[in-house]
Amino acid sequence: MNPVPAVKTLVIDGTDVSASSDQTILDAAQENGISIPTLCHLDGLTEVGACRMCLVELKGSTKLQPACVTLVEEGMEVTTQTPRLQKYRRMVLELLFAERNHVCSVCVANNMCGLQDQAKSHGVTHVRFPYRSPALPVDVSHERFALDHNRCILCTRCVRVCNEIEGAHTWDLLGRGVNSLLISDLHEPWGESDTCTSCGKCVQVCPTGALFDKSKVGGKERKNPDFLSYLNDMREGLR
Amino acid sequence: MSKPTLATVWLDGCSGCHMSILDMDERLVELSEQFDLVYSPLVDCKEFPEQVDITLIEGSVSSDEDDRKIRAVRARTRILVSLGDCAVTGNVPAMRNSIPVPELLDWVYKGNGLLQEQVPADRLPSLLPRVRPIHEVVNVDVFVPGCPPSADTIFTVISELLAGRVPDVAALSRFGV
Amino acid sequence: MEKLMTLEELEQIANERRAAKEKSPRALNVCVAAGCLSLHSDAIKSALEKEVQRTGANCRVAGTGCLGLCSQGPLVSGEPDGCLLKNVAESDAAEIVARLDSAMPERLLCSREQPFFQRQTVIVLENSGRIDPEKIDEYIAADGYQALVHALTEMTPAQIVQEVSRSGLRGRGGAGYPTGLKWGTVAKTIGTTKYVICNADEGDPGAFMDRSVLESDPHRVLEGMIIAGYAVGASQGYIYVRAEYPLAIKRLQTAIREARRLGFLGSQICSAKFSFDVEIRIGGGAFVCGEETALIASIEGRRGTPRPRPPFPSQSGLWELPTLINNVESFANVPTILRRGSEWYASLGTKKSKGTKVFALCGKVRNVGLIEVPMGTPLRQIIFEIGGGVPEGHRFKAVQTGGPSGGCIPEQFLDLPVDYESLKEVGSIMGSGGMIVMDDSACMVNVARYFMEFCMSESCGKCIPCRAGTAQMFELLTRMTSGTATPHDLELLEDLCDMVSNTSLCGLGQSAPNPVLSTLRYFREEYTEHIVDKHCRAGVCECSKLAEVSA
Repeated sequence: MNPVPAVKTLVIDGTDVSASSDQTILDAAQENGISIPTLCHLDGLTEVGACRMCLVELKGSTKLQPACVTLVEEGMEVTTQTPRLQKYRRMVLELLFAERNHVCSVCVANNMCGLQDQAKSHGVTHVRFPYRSPALPVDVSHERFALDHNRCILCTRCVRVCNEIEGAHTWDLLGRGVNSLLISDLHEPWGESDTCTSCGKCVQVCPTGALFDKSKVGGKERKNPDFLSYLNDMREGLR
Repeated sequence: MSKPTLATVWLDGCSGCHMSILDMDERLVELSEQFDLVYSPLVDCKEFPEQVDITLIEGSVSSDEDDRKIRAVRARTRILVSLGDCAVTGNVPAMRNSIPVPELLDWVYKGNGLLQEQVPADRLPSLLPRVRPIHEVVNVDVFVPGCPPSADTIFTVISELLAGRVPDVAALSRFGV
Repeated sequence: MEKLMTLEELEQIANERRAAKEKSPRALNVCVAAGCLSLHSDAIKSALEKEVQRTGANCRVAGTGCLGLCSQGPLVSGEPDGCLLKNVAESDAAEIVARLDSAMPERLLCSREQPFFQRQTVIVLENSGRIDPEKIDEYIAADGYQALVHALTEMTPAQIVQEVSRSGLRGRGGAGYPTGLKWGTVAKTIGTTKYVICNADEGDPGAFMDRSVLESDPHRVLEGMIIAGYAVGASQGYIYVRAEYPLAIKRLQTAIREARRLGFLGSQICSAKFSFDVEIRIGGGAFVCGEETALIASIEGRRGTPRPRPPFPSQSGLWELPTLINNVESFANVPTILRRGSEWYASLGTKKSKGTKVFALCGKVRNVGLIEVPMGTPLRQIIFEIGGGVPEGHRFKAVQTGGPSGGCIPEQFLDLPVDYESLKEVGSIMGSGGMIVMDDSACMVNVARYFMEFCMSESCGKCIPCRAGTAQMFELLTRMTSGTATPHDLELLEDLCDMVSNTSLCGLGQSAPNPVLSTLRYFREEYTEHIVDKHCRAGVCECSKLAEVSA
């Protein structure tokens, strides 16, 4: 049913690259060593196009497009770093820092955090928006892991890995807007979840300290989501 | 020509940033020759001078006293530097922001099996409803995040400012670390 | 009954109905659509019924859909003379029935000669208030389902798409995408299973057009959908109605049952090789489900959040199959377009916006109600002639169109012809048809804050700019209205408007800054007054009260 993908040539940041028609701009950029910032994207999970960090400019269009879900097209001219894009990316990060209580200094993921890394690489030295300081709970009911909502950026990587890879679908979201909340099962304590297999994948893919391993509190162990591409390759019979 | 003046101010913070200043160790000697330290928890001076070239602020704005102090400091300072996460983000002091102040005080001073349960007396500075980073209250010229910013970072920031340049802080420091 | 409907059989049903009416020509039609119903028009209807029974008067009493002039409801219209009674109360029943043969009491008479009725051109609302929405025969007697039978028996799907294209009809949900082009795309997309969806998740504050159409003339929407199904090759349709419209849902359920009974829904409709059925899906109260991809997710039983487009639903929609999704009013136009011809339809309106548009006129205007005017009608005519202007003692200030995605249009543009392009030019949008008139008692900063609060609480939370950006904009606007804002806050607000509109995932976020942007464009001095002088000229914001106390 699926047609054989055709080869497309396009230009990303002035470099000519080729990609197959089923690849996204992000795929093509990464293959060619061009870095586009991401937060909700993770190799091996379906894309949601939600964090807007990977927005890029396309020649001939005023509309910005998320690189993670936009398929390459013949003759496309993509620009990934412009003052406008950098300004918007900085604002996305500022909005995230102001949305919940990201107190890096007391976070298990301090210095090993996707959000913090992005802030540094985008030159975010302070947040101009008022901090919202919501009162949010911490769920430590699970034997091995914990969930601190204060640090959650709602990227849904955990939701996707649990559903798509582990097949448990323990995680999902409750509510909407700024009141969205990550929940396990039907909003029960994580430790009482019937579906959770305690596999820990969600902890490994979480870019911040929202989901963490209790035994690693204050530890220096970086999270490792690389198992995903390995699992996917296995599934495709490539390994 | 007289040397530029430098001040450091300690608001609501743990003094870790001031410790980090001291961590510059022998570089302090070299650096201190380039400025006059006119006000600081590290020197004995009660009044903030009328005019200061560079002021480093540690800590967040948490009480009415902090609020008064930072406005006065701002008015008398040419280049105001938010030093460290408490000054830049509110950091640990701001973790109380989701709790109403009366509830917070009751929590801390009452019902914990204390012998004399009482909320601190009136003459002490009273807590503001919310802890705020410096730039939410007054204009800030340079932001140096970090908990605390390293001695190297502080050394570079002060050196650059004394040389009349704007330091590239993003390359030196980050939130939290 | 044999379910093989021909034009002749249709005519027969219509004639039977008409004959019945002729036999008993006198009738009192009580509006039982949402507006009048909220004033207990159902009790008035039963009071009239009782009175007719008691006196033995030769008069039918029926419920009808919306008569338009909601602010003067409950409304009752009389047959055959067409007189209209306003502000009717239960206690008026005896007098009304007693005076069926003579003149109705002066205090109840509502002239149909007034501009409110005279200046309208009705297509979508042609049956509203004239037929009983719960009786399919009445719709048929008003030429209903003729277009469908004609389309199925004498036209090819391609001809129908062509006819809709030629009519110039554009999506009435807000964006104004050419309907014919959309139909053509779905028709040409390869696939054996396709879907038709009617978006009835109307949620803009102050908008009640779709609600009224569904409550007053549900078969018109069904007919449009069935025709669309035939044109694009779909055999299943869904109507996504919000749960807050229980009456619309009830009327639709009745309409679907009746249409199935007469064979307009089901298999081999009108003996054509075409089967089509419609199911209702009830929305759970999320505004964002009016966005097509979120709506589709909701029908699929998933969390109602939008996804990036492309692929568009016409290629990959419901269950990843080609899907046509149109708004209630768009479908409601279709039967008339086919019956009267695309040329006739295209003769109404402006160069790029054809036909008519239904507006829900509300706010500070004398005649609150539902109206339909040709595209290109100037705002002044809508607000001051049809609407009767702003009530005495106040001055017109602005009109808000397009709901939380639209903007506020000031007095200087009152002569603007209303169409998709011209509204966009002045910083608003056509939107689905809400039109809120505001006078000098409205504070524009407060209005912007109101809409931002709406967007904030309706944001699905999927993308960061909309989720956190609307919350920040709301906070900044609150600082302004409460008198704690600084000029720096205005800079931040403008920065956020730019960022949220350019980076949000779906239309909700992309258009959320519009009410702020348009009020900043035309009423910037009010923002400055709030920030610098802590003064609200309309006197509605907290900042004014603070200033008074300190003075």
